[in-house]
Amino acid sequence: MSLGTLIVFAVLGLVVAGSAVGMLLSRNAIYSALFLVINFIAVGVLYLVLGAPFISFAQVAVYAGSIMVLFVFVIMLLGAEQFPVHEPLRGQRWLGLLAGGLFLIESAAFLYLRTSAPKWAAEIGFGFESPAVVGRMIIEKYLLPFEITGFLLLIAVVGAIFLARLETPMVGKGRQGQLGERKE
Amino acid sequence: MPLVYYLGLSAFMFTIGILAVVLRRNPLVVFMGLELMFNAANLAFVAFAAFHKVLDGEIFVFFVITTAAAEVAIGLALIVAIFRAKHSIDLDQMSQLKG
Repeated sequence: MSLGTLIVFAVLGLVVAGSAVGMLLSRNAIYSALFLVINFIAVGVLYLVLGAPFISFAQVAVYAGSIMVLFVFVIMLLGAEQFPVHEPLRGQRWLGLLAGGLFLIESAAFLYLRTSAPKWAAEIGFGFESPAVVGRMIIEKYLLPFEITGFLLLIAVVGAIFLARLETPMVGKGRQGQLGERKE
Repeated sequence: MPLVYYLGLSAFMFTIGILAVVLRRNPLVVFMGLELMFNAANLAFVAFAAFHKVLDGEIFVFFVITTAAAEVAIGLALIVAIFRAKHSIDLDQMSQLKG
């Protein structure tokens, strides 16, 4: 194990963990979104360290780019940055913290107690998982899932437009009768 | 790098995602927690793919990213629709399924 890889991983790991905790703890949803952007970009760099440039760029473009833009847009559209602090469910916070701590302990126990010990992951290097190889594999071996995913995206976009559209008043008894009247 | 480092980081991210889903009441932050859990699973996938030298894990991550994008589009549209209907998106107030 080279020392350089360890230093890179340590810095990136600190950024990933810190931004995740910041996302959890910040009161303002906009700050949460920005922390999550930092987290996604750092994880993308970790993918580069693991020798997966295609996934890394897809991560930065799709997650840190479009998905977070969508999040920030909806937060600003709804004005949902902050909520007043009152707690209808008593003790929910402590129960949740307890459950999370239990999960962390459980996964740590899984990592350290399982039988087959993992050896070493790849060092920093390119070439094995170049985008050309990944693209060829998607087209050749995983063509059907690829097409299904495209169809899923189409359905999702159409469904999102249907769900979020404004109810426009239609002339005559169109679909307004089917959907039921909705007061604005 | 030992694989266990990456798995540990992935487990930590997943735990933070669970805590965000369980503790926060803003549905947008809950969604961000979901994304964080997706990301943790992706990190584990890529770490295993790099360790075992098989590309299939990375292809799977590609599909997971696509599905997450579809899920976010639908989820945010649902949040906007709920906000229009109830004029609030506080999760604790969504305790009734009546229309």
